[in-house]
Amino acid sequence: MKKYIADLQVKENQHLNNSYFLLKLTSDQPLAETKAGQFVEIRIDGSKDVFLRRPISIHYTDKEKNEIWLLIQKVGKGTEQLSKIKSGEFLNIVYPLGNGFSIEKNFSKPLLIGGGVGVAPMLELGAKLKEKGIEPTFLLGARSAKDLLELEMFEKFGRVLTTTEDGSVGEKGFVTQHSVWEKESFDQIFTCGPTPMMKAIAKLATEKQIDCEVSLENKMACGVGACLCCVEDTKDGHRCVCSDGPVFNSKNLKW
Amino acid sequence: MVKIHKKTSQTLIKMNTTIDLGKGLVLKNPVMTASGTFGYGIEFADFVDLSQIGGIIVKGTTLHHREGNPYPRMAETPSGMLNAVGLQNKGVDYFIEHIYPEIKDIDTNIIVNVSGSCIEDYVATAEKINDLEKIPAIELNISCPNVKKGGMGFGTDPNQAKEVVSEVRKVYKKHLIVKLTPNVTDIVSIAKAVESAGADSVSLINTMLGMAIDAKKRKPILSTITGGMSGACVKPVALRMVWQVSNAINIPVIGLGGIMNETDAIEFLLAGAKAIEIGTANFIDPAITIKVAEGIRNYMKENNFSSLNEIKMDI
Ligand SMILES: Cc1cc2nc3c(=O)[nH]c(=O)nc-3n(C[C@H](O)[C@H](O)[C@H](O)COP(=O)(O)OP(=O)(O)OC[C@H]3O[C@@H](n4cnc5c(N)ncnc54)[C@H](O)[C@@H]3O)c2cc1C
Ligand SMILES: Cc1cc2nc3c(=O)[nH]c(=O)nc-3n(C[C@H](O)[C@H](O)[C@H](O)COP(=O)(O)O)c2cc1C
Ligand code: FES
Repeated sequence: MKKYIADLQVKENQHLNNSYFLLKLTSDQPLAETKAGQFVEIRIDGSKDVFLRRPISIHYTDKEKNEIWLLIQKVGKGTEQLSKIKSGEFLNIVYPLGNGFSIEKNFSKPLLIGGGVGVAPMLELGAKLKEKGIEPTFLLGARSAKDLLELEMFEKFGRVLTTTEDGSVGEKGFVTQHSVWEKESFDQIFTCGPTPMMKAIAKLATEKQIDCEVSLENKMACGVGACLCCVEDTKDGHRCVCSDGPVFNSKNLKW
Repeated sequence: MVKIHKKTSQTLIKMNTTIDLGKGLVLKNPVMTASGTFGYGIEFADFVDLSQIGGIIVKGTTLHHREGNPYPRMAETPSGMLNAVGLQNKGVDYFIEHIYPEIKDIDTNIIVNVSGSCIEDYVATAEKINDLEKIPAIELNISCPNVKKGGMGFGTDPNQAKEVVSEVRKVYKKHLIVKLTPNVTDIVSIAKAVESAGADSVSLINTMLGMAIDAKKRKPILSTITGGMSGACVKPVALRMVWQVSNAINIPVIGLGGIMNETDAIEFLLAGAKAIEIGTANFIDPAITIKVAEGIRNYMKENNFSSLNEIKMDI
């Protein structure tokens, strides 16, 4: 897929709660084709502490409105600075990067699991699956109700199940403890979230013999497979998360 | 309003951005890419017309396959970064068989950065690359530790630097660039040593040894604890060294370290460099190389310079 450097205009910067914000970006040019699970690298200028670009997953694309959405959690200086951007301003991004989830594979009942900000790529994945005629089940996990964002968006594309650590909404506990694992069977898992969560899911998938794809978030510099900074130690040796990933089949990882 | 017409001498002057570094290495413009930051060039083909770059110096290549260091290999630092990639590459034979055919017809100078952990490895690697028709030069990375001599860097001791360059010189017949490490007290003595051993040019600087610590976790960030610093923050050191070395030796100096834009590049040319390399800046702007090449052209136009040699410091 051809990659671009583009100045996209911020159409909306919606603060969803204290730590999450949603950026809707657009352009007067048609946006590039992207795949679910791919990401963009954002340039955040104006500070010596934010030197490198920041990788952020494609959260959703709206072809009609020519929009690309990013769901971002404030964790440090770069994301903090980015949260202050106003509509009308421009963001320089390099995109689309990475491989994306393999939606062309043969499956009929996929489970899409997102934890924390890892829910971001799951919305686009759900939308693309629905387009293909496959109704996904989303299993979304968070600390508490206020961290479960945009549920109505997810509901547009499939069934939504939730867990919260404090039980404030959905089932109490972690995504791996949800009762759906006992009640139903799935033939494909896609997941993105904190590493311990993805490791637990990968283990469960192996036990249940379900193919499982995970999206990793190693620290990156170039984003295009040139610097070899972002490598994951896989069964095939060091692989670049930015260009061979970020999506890997869990059976290829040394987890 | 009275319009004052500047003398449009630009149209009269024929501007020449080519630079001949000697022994068959001629660049169409002074901008090259720094090893380890631009892959094999093809990773950036969507962003820049590779034939518009003066030279592409590909990833560090060693005799044998290397997996490199464990993750984490990168730490962001103020106006820069540390890396500890550890020369991950598939070895020179893989390069010759699988990568060379893919890149050899790009209309620029493809230069291989050669690394090793003992003299024999450097020599064997250089000898194999000498046979590749479309590779006009190698860049010998002497910042690596000499495993046989207790891990002390080849590039930190004039005698060892001289020895490895002399041995490679015996087998390598084309343009030999030697890349110097800044982690020394007296860079001039190393530059003189490699010049006397037969280098055709030197490039400097490689990364500066640094460290980053995570105060929250009370742990070093890099798996190797220390790593090489690059990016905007190293520029003043790099400029100083390029200045010192170009005043002390007679072979061309290629300047790099923290070049982020055309002004930085011109500063290196003013310090005495005949050509420059762009490294970390490629991560921030993947199209920076051609922008810098264009910027140098504009600078020459504005100053009515017809050749790069006219870019000189006034002191
Ligand atoms: C492929 C990919 C997709 C991503 N998608 C999203 C997304 O959709 N939304 C989102 O909010 N974030 C996403 N991230 C993570 C995001 O890139 C980091 O949170 C961001 O770079 C932090 O920048 P900062 O300057 O705010 O924080 P920094 O000041 O750099 O760091 C602050 C804290 O965040 C941690 N951190 C920094 N980078 C990462 C990282 N790559 N992964 C995990 N922790 C990190 C640091 O260790 C530190 O503790 C993604 C990362 C990758 C690699
Ligand atoms: C990720 C990374 C990998 C590098 N790998 C090599 C290498 O293999 N061989 C080498 O001689 N220099 C290597 N370097 C050093 C650069 O070529 C360059 O000398 C240094 O980064 C300073 O220039 P800069 O500030 O423009 O990046 C590497 C630098 C980085 C950031
Ligand atoms: S970030 Fe450079 S190779 Fe992945």
